[in-house]
Amino acid sequence: MEKTVAIELKGITKVFGDVIANKNVDLELYRGEILSVLGENGSGKTTLMNMIAGIYFPDEGQIFVDGKEVVIKSPKDAFAHKIGMIHQHFKLVDVFTAADNIILGEKCPKFDVKQEAERIRAEHEAENKAFEEYKPEEHTGVLSYMKAPKFHKPSETKRKIAALPFVKLGRAMKFNWLARHRADEVQKIANKFGFQIDLKKKIYDMSVSEKQTVEIIKVLYRGADILILDEPTAVLTPQEIDKLFEVLRNMKAHGKSIIIITHKLNEVMEISDRVAVLRKGEHIATVNTSETNEQELTEMMVGKKVSLNIDRTEPHDAKDRLVVSGLTALNEEGVKVLDDVSFEARSGEILGIAGIAGSGQRQLLEAIAGLYKVKSGEITYNDPNNEDKPVDLRSKTPLQIRNLGVRLSFVPEDRLGMGLVGNMDLVDNMMLRSYRKGFMFLDRKSPKKLAETIVEELEVVTPSTHTAVRKLSGGNVQKVLVGREISSAPTVLMAAYPVRGLDINSSYTIYNLLNEQKEKGVAVIFVGEDLDVLIELCDRIMVICAGKVTGVVDGRTANKNDIGLLMMGKSSEENEAADNETQAIKEDGIDE
Amino acid sequence: MSNMKNSARTLKEAKEPLFHLVKRQQISTGKAWAIRIGTIIFSILFISVLTSIVFRESPFEVIKYMFEGAFGTNLRVNVFFRDMSILLIIALAVTPAFKMKFWNIGAEGQVLISAYLTIVCMYYLGGKVSNGALIVISLLAALVGGMAWAVIPAIFKALWNTNETLFTLMMNYIALQIVLFSIKVWMPAGSGQLAPLPYGNLPHIGGGDYVTSIIVAIIITLFLFVYMRFSKHGYEVAVVGESQNTARYIGINVPKIIVRTLALSGAICGVAGFLIAAGIDHTVSIDTVGGRGFTAVLVSWLGQFNPLAMTVMSFVVILLTIGTTNVMVNSGVANDFFAEVSTGVAFLIIIICEFFIRYNIKFRKRVENDHPAVPDNQQQAELQEGGTAHIEDENEIGSEEVE
Amino acid sequence: MIAAFLKSAIRLSATFLFGSTGEIIIEKGGHLNLGIPGVMSVGAACGCIAEFYMVRAFGTSAPFMLLAIPILVTLLTGALMGLLFSFLTVTLRANQNVVGLAMTTFGVGLAGYLITKMQSQNFIIITRASKFYLNLFNLAGNDNWFVKIFLSHGILVYIAIILAIVVQIILSKTRVGLNLRAVGENPATADAAGINVTKYRYVSTCVGCAISALGGLFCIMDYMGGNWEYILEGYGWLSIALVIFTMWRPALAIPGSFIFGGLYILSSYIDGVTFAQMEIINILPYAVAIVVLIITSIFGKKNVQPPAALGLSYFREER
Repeated sequence: MEKTVAIELKGITKVFGDVIANKNVDLELYRGEILSVLGENGSGKTTLMNMIAGIYFPDEGQIFVDGKEVVIKSPKDAFAHKIGMIHQHFKLVDVFTAADNIILGEKCPKFDVKQEAERIRAEHEAENKAFEEYKPEEHTGVLSYMKAPKFHKPSETKRKIAALPFVKLGRAMKFNWLARHRADEVQKIANKFGFQIDLKKKIYDMSVSEKQTVEIIKVLYRGADILILDEPTAVLTPQEIDKLFEVLRNMKAHGKSIIIITHKLNEVMEISDRVAVLRKGEHIATVNTSETNEQELTEMMVGKKVSLNIDRTEPHDAKDRLVVSGLTALNEEGVKVLDDVSFEARSGEILGIAGIAGSGQRQLLEAIAGLYKVKSGEITYNDPNNEDKPVDLRSKTPLQIRNLGVRLSFVPEDRLGMGLVGNMDLVDNMMLRSYRKGFMFLDRKSPKKLAETIVEELEVVTPSTHTAVRKLSGGNVQKVLVGREISSAPTVLMAAYPVRGLDINSSYTIYNLLNEQKEKGVAVIFVGEDLDVLIELCDRIMVICAGKVTGVVDGRTANKNDIGLLMMGKSSEENEAADNETQAIKEDGIDE
Repeated sequence: MSNMKNSARTLKEAKEPLFHLVKRQQISTGKAWAIRIGTIIFSILFISVLTSIVFRESPFEVIKYMFEGAFGTNLRVNVFFRDMSILLIIALAVTPAFKMKFWNIGAEGQVLISAYLTIVCMYYLGGKVSNGALIVISLLAALVGGMAWAVIPAIFKALWNTNETLFTLMMNYIALQIVLFSIKVWMPAGSGQLAPLPYGNLPHIGGGDYVTSIIVAIIITLFLFVYMRFSKHGYEVAVVGESQNTARYIGINVPKIIVRTLALSGAICGVAGFLIAAGIDHTVSIDTVGGRGFTAVLVSWLGQFNPLAMTVMSFVVILLTIGTTNVMVNSGVANDFFAEVSTGVAFLIIIICEFFIRYNIKFRKRVENDHPAVPDNQQQAELQEGGTAHIEDENEIGSEEVE
Repeated sequence: MIAAFLKSAIRLSATFLFGSTGEIIIEKGGHLNLGIPGVMSVGAACGCIAEFYMVRAFGTSAPFMLLAIPILVTLLTGALMGLLFSFLTVTLRANQNVVGLAMTTFGVGLAGYLITKMQSQNFIIITRASKFYLNLFNLAGNDNWFVKIFLSHGILVYIAIILAIVVQIILSKTRVGLNLRAVGENPATADAAGINVTKYRYVSTCVGCAISALGGLFCIMDYMGGNWEYILEGYGWLSIALVIFTMWRPALAIPGSFIFGGLYILSSYIDGVTFAQMEIINILPYAVAIVVLIITSIFGKKNVQPPAALGLSYFREER
């Protein structure tokens, strides 16, 4: 089969401020193939794809669809070229059914009065003719008279035709009826590609994977031939991933071209025909999946093997500081988000928590901090200031925990939505932790001093300590937050994705801060997504999958492969078996 | 909301309309207030012109009459500041709740019920206890009434997130019906109006009923200023208003703060009601508050919750009310409603002005990309690896407006 | 007695029904318009003034003009108020609560001003037109209880009910309804789907305000028999409360407004209550509104919640 080019990118460059997101990228996508776009976080994959989907407009370069140069300035333009993108954040109306979401905003066919009049006339004539030829005696049965043709008087035909301009007006104002069986129409498309989904279900009753399916069907329903999926597997369980891949293959068989953005090598190998690798905004190479292996891809992706060089000291005098046992918690829908989680965090040690995003990391930390309702299980803190006397933290409010003398610091994932108040300045944000001191009135002096110290020591770039934190960049916001949390001399420090969205320098600042705390004897809990960092930084790594602990490994001996499998919910025995048998997934196989 | 982007916009220039709006990055407080004061002066002038057209007087005459009506005689000055004080007190009362994003539009009912309870005390206890004791008792009753009317919706808001806007609104009408009921009990026949009661009236300071209100208003203004800015309570209110998540994160008991703040709101409304009933009217009717509860909401909001700015706003509102009434008296037209119209128009003008403080209109030109492109929160997420990692650490002060 | 009570309840309910049908349209598009009392007042005032000039011009000889022109003027006035609201909240991005309250102050004041001004003339003549509102399609005189209760009303009562049903159908069964609901639930999604959020919000607010304004005209010309009273502000607020009572469904607003209407006039139909006791009974509609508010907030499921984006402005640039 001869391959025809669906999309071609030539010399695409995109600059944000001083930062080059994409530099002179050339890329080709053929009809009926699945192309993986592979790259690490920050390599410019999503930016590149957003330019095809009309979210951004390239600064330089050309885009060709079917060999013709096109200008894509908005998602609408992209659709006109039959390009559809499924973003990580779903755009769905919660209270609508899946089918209604899919048909939302669909273009209605043009209504032509003349044509419609012709149609009615012809229809009536045909039926009148049938009426004349109809012999009632030939048709028996109860419902026969319902099926019998009816006679249309000329006046009726005339009336109907005269009404057409008003129908047109109604159509123009979109008073079109929603077909009672609109779900069936959509269902046909779903069936064609093998989606299994109840389209009459409301979105708020759906799982993430179902929502994703709805998004994909929506794009297909609009007639897209080229689909771009932005990290579709990040939020899915292994079974759901299998299902998704099956559907993708099905779509490929129907001649659709698919681009899948990912940084998971095993998926690349499994699903794609070709792989385009991006590194730091540049296109490194595009290779056929069958002619490459994970080792090669990894090298292309990361370039030279980079050693992170995080200084890891041996923990000394590690004592169980925080002991969690049998922790179970339910979400609003009554689904277990934490399922019998047990572990201990030790003083002078960094405990890493690895897992696919949304496996219960947030709930775990919030439960410990007293922010998430626990159904069963124990959270015990051994107070170092009181001869390690155990203190029960379960179902305590953050204030009660504080009042028990527990020095628990928490850097939440949502920095400006939870950890800090965006509209307040640095000083007032420092005060969040300390304002209760004193009588009636606020003491702004010591928070100001603290803010100044943090600005100086962590090199926070800000015009003054009276600037609203929302005006700072992500890295600086994080420094402010971590700085504040560390300043209260904690004995337990929990940090959720503390380096997300940060550049290398800021990230290292954070790693160093965590290490410093560890050396001070603090029990540090670090929820991360980059396995390389987890392995180099943490003393032990706990892996969770769908709210369950699937294993705890030693950071000094662990490899990415083992952790990756644990993240998928496979135990280490299966793990080894898998290793021995297939050698399918090699070291560095799974990123994140 | 509102993170107006200049960033990625320049790239989409091609499809931009003739002009676009750019959220002002940093407008100095001074400049913002200069615009506001300018708008207020403009709105007074505008209404003068409007009045002059409606009543066929020259605008200068109108302005003269307006100020004469407000400050023409000693008595007028006193009445002016008294009315302004009452309005200001009610506006101050709703402010802490607003700061907490609790849309209490029930000030009308809160003030009415406390004025009513004051009169109840005066009616039933008048002559039986000493005047001093009566004043204390009725003040307490007023405080309790105002607090109850504010706290009841607050409790439901705190526990079940019941819509407070409509709840407080309905409470207004319940208060109104209770007043109607009592008046009919007290005055089964006749005019249906309760004559001023001679008991438990506040003593006149300086020979009139004005000074007390003014003093109380000043005290409450100062109190609230300090409370909101320097007290722990005020800080907690601000945090809850900005983000309930953050509040819970640092261990604030959010329901408690909501109820406590509304209790304060209600109590201040109680003071206002008490001043109206015991200090000024000595009676109660369904017109006792006369829409001042709603006006106060707008005063508080358009004064940016700043007690000083609210003072200015109350000044303007009362000036327009008294002023336009005086214009009418002088031109021989009796129409009580014109004052309300002019206040409404003034509010609308000031609302429009707020827009120009927040946004700059930029006409379409290839604006040089003076603000580094930094995606807002959501885009950042979408962009997770769109190079943001590199951008992040630049200092984008003033380029990123995330609210 | 009961028949008379039910009849009055239904008659009054048309005011609430117009008001809440209008507000539902507005809220479905994501706008919380607290200016309805103002809209109803101004709409009614302008309609009555139009009526005044019509009566003066035609006497009572041209029923069509006496009906059509004031109704048209009322609709137009309402739509203009809606335009003002949308302009301030959509284009100038002002807070919806503040604009709504300011519009109520402005609207109630303007209505009062206009009416006071008119009353210096022979404004009372508009009562003569009242019978046309009352008599058209009115089957009073028939002894059948059904006809007595349900079919002996003025034309606007029927229009209110039909309108509520039509709006319900449009909202739930047509594409424009689907689009509007999407705009109120998740404007960003609607925008991405190619729906013009600004247009939908402008149009829905104008249409909704026009319908609400008609409630004001009905109240004065039919229910009050052409006598102007300053009661529309309260009715406006109750209409807004009714929207919650009906869980954003115009079809439910029909029985809902019957109940509100019944509660509102209940006190006059109970034997042996004093005037004072009547005032206590008059608390009922407000108390019931509060109770419903509380119940829906405690037990409310996803599908009885307000539109998710209610009260929030949407600006595309903030995607």
